[in-house]
Amino acid sequence: MSPFWNAWVWAITLVVILGCTWLLLATRRSEPHKESTEETLGHTFDGIEEYDNPLPSWWFQMFIGTVIFAIAYLALYGLANVKGFYGWSSVGQYEEEMAHAEEVYKPVFAKYAAMSVEDLQAQPDGLKIGQRMFANNCAVCHGATATGAHGFPNLTDNDWLYGGAPATIKQTITNGRQGAMPAWGAVLGEEGVRDVTSYVLSLSGIEHDTEMAARGQQQFQALCTACHGADGKGTQALGAPNLTDNVWLYGNSFAEISHTIRTGRAGVMPAHKALLSDDKIQLITAYVYSLSNK
Amino acid sequence: MIKHETIEKNIGLMILLIILVISGGGLAEIVPLFFTNATTKPIEGLRTYTPLELEGRDIYIREGCTVCHSQQIRPFRAETERYGHYSTANEGVWEHPFLWGSKRTGPDLARVGGRYSDDWHRAHLYNPRDVVPESKMPAYPWLFENKLSGEDTAAKMRVLAKLGVPYTEEDAMQAREQVEGKAEIDAVVAYLQALGKLHSQYTNKR
Repeated sequence: MSPFWNAWVWAITLVVILGCTWLLLATRRSEPHKESTEETLGHTFDGIEEYDNPLPSWWFQMFIGTVIFAIAYLALYGLANVKGFYGWSSVGQYEEEMAHAEEVYKPVFAKYAAMSVEDLQAQPDGLKIGQRMFANNCAVCHGATATGAHGFPNLTDNDWLYGGAPATIKQTITNGRQGAMPAWGAVLGEEGVRDVTSYVLSLSGIEHDTEMAARGQQQFQALCTACHGADGKGTQALGAPNLTDNVWLYGNSFAEISHTIRTGRAGVMPAHKALLSDDKIQLITAYVYSLSNK
Repeated sequence: MIKHETIEKNIGLMILLIILVISGGGLAEIVPLFFTNATTKPIEGLRTYTPLELEGRDIYIREGCTVCHSQQIRPFRAETERYGHYSTANEGVWEHPFLWGSKRTGPDLARVGGRYSDDWHRAHLYNPRDVVPESKMPAYPWLFENKLSGEDTAAKMRVLAKLGVPYTEEDAMQAREQVEGKAEIDAVVAYLQALGKLHSQYTNKR
């Protein structure tokens, strides 16, 4: 705050405090009676009259008290550019709070950060902390029970898009993932989309039209194997799902699968390296790992 | 000598004195904020909303998101652990009107950008229960049907420019083509993903 505005704030504050004090004292002095009296102000309304008594002294002292409170408050907490005797500021208070938390919690996190994800499986308290942070940061997409939702993977079934090794899970949380299933609608045409859909259904033994699936197989071999593999078992390095099991991120109905093939999918796992410190990610990794490695 | 009676029996004088005392608070607490750097100078590297984000912001206001969501992280650990760095006044210099709010039925959104994927936001706005079963947020399915015309986008940007937001006439001229025909959901998601991402001065690690 510039010196001018600092002076402005101080001037107004002091004028208001001193002005109120003067008004209080001046009106007190002008009261005609200093003690309780039987005299009235002389006006009457419906036979009701008003005594001309002074303000009770406890009341007057309360006003004085507010003035003293204001001055003491200014002295302790400061005003504008002038720090009070407490040296208080909202940011200062926040930093104190954070420093205290750092002191208390840093050793806790440091203890767990030094352990491997596998070793953490035997640390129920550490997993509990991980579970709490999962609830705060991950449950919005993956669900409070980590069972996922349409388009958001179930983390409890030990079926992994990008791999379920501790290092891979940690990598996924830290740097995020960007799914990249291309749209094949224009290449395949509507009939081609239906054929490939039938073939994909056949891979996991779901009811399908065998004639369409046979046609779809050729196109699958030409277009899809680069990522999903010749046997349709997927490639975790690319995040290409296994199509032969019965785990479906977007559902296994004909409509959902054909929609995926027609328009593609681009599921995103946001990177958390800018949001969570490494030791916290370690504990969340341990918790996620524990869900499918009991 | 001023008499209590004089003030009590002259309502005009009493009003005048009351105004004098109360305006002291406003003059000391509010007026300097219009002239100090901390509240008038944008934080370094602050960018403006794109036309699409700007339209999303107006839909956010129209749908009453501010009724349940604040955009102001207070300097307490309990808040910064959950939402990221506390909000500062210089982040909101170009917000007209500001959407800080003080009512939280849902979480604070000041730094929600980048926390969830676009897909999640779309699924969540279509029907929050699809992704968060315990949610009590209303569904906004019409955002997927309504299309933006972009008719007023340039005018909005010109008004904001008058209020000090550094939009140029060139920005305003290109606004319509960037917005026209887009679904309202695209605008809202773009806006949500921009929240807290308009500058990169603060670390939000916790």
